[in-house]
Amino acid sequence: MSNELIDFVIVSVALLGIGIYGLAVKRNAIRMLFSIEIIINAANLNLVAFGRFIPGSEGQTLALFSIGIAAAEVAVGLALIIVAYRMYKNIDIAEFRSLKG
Amino acid sequence: MVDAAFLALSVLTIGTAIAALEMRSLIYGSIALMGSLGGIAGFFLLLDSPFVAMFQIAVYVGSIAVLILFTVMLVKRELIFQKIEDPKRKFAGIGLMLVLMVGIGSIILDSGLKTIVTDEPAVDYREIGVDFVTYYWPALIAMALILAGAVTGALVLARREDVEDEQRAN
Repeated sequence: MSNELIDFVIVSVALLGIGIYGLAVKRNAIRMLFSIEIIINAANLNLVAFGRFIPGSEGQTLALFSIGIAAAEVAVGLALIIVAYRMYKNIDIAEFRSLKG
Repeated sequence: MVDAAFLALSVLTIGTAIAALEMRSLIYGSIALMGSLGGIAGFFLLLDSPFVAMFQIAVYVGSIAVLILFTVMLVKRELIFQKIEDPKRKFAGIGLMLVLMVGIGSIILDSGLKTIVTDEPAVDYREIGVDFVTYYWPALIAMALILAGAVTGALVLARREDVEDEQRAN
């Protein structure tokens, strides 16, 4: 194959940078969830890329587990955002002032 | 040297990832996120991992992106189009991103990763299936329980009807 490992790792680093930028700058709870998704995908890309270039099926297996767990994380995260939205009528995390109840 | 498919996929994935964070409308943002997740599935196909690519499309593009889209639609119209961010933090965030990319990028370029090439045939996906039901079966059961618990917890959280009353009492 003509693509090398380093190319995939560079794309993964770019996605990680974009995700961290989103987490640092955005105050919108849903956009922060987008950033987390982008970071998780960068990690999965790394796992599969290294799994392809270092022989063995472990990389793909771990990526499959990671995708499964990420699905659970998004479901809980979105439910938390909906609860917070119903309490504060806003999705700006600066407005979520108290965590009680 | 990279091929054209790789270049096109990189532009698609990184461009839609930026668009997902920067588009004014959250709905278009979530559609852009869907494009980014689909681009990652394309990378998996380039890496000869069709099983993971199909899993990525089924779980991420098919369910997570749609779940996010429906959550966005539950939010008030004004909030969807409102850009909520710290203007002061924006430049600091861009600086942090660039420092991170250049720092980690230079470390990676200096490492020995460039020399790694492979002539190995791709892993057969049947081997992954066999791995799942033999060596990894406890992890598979644990993941099933975690998923069931997470979905139940999400439903319980989202269906709570007392939160608005409590907020009013506060």
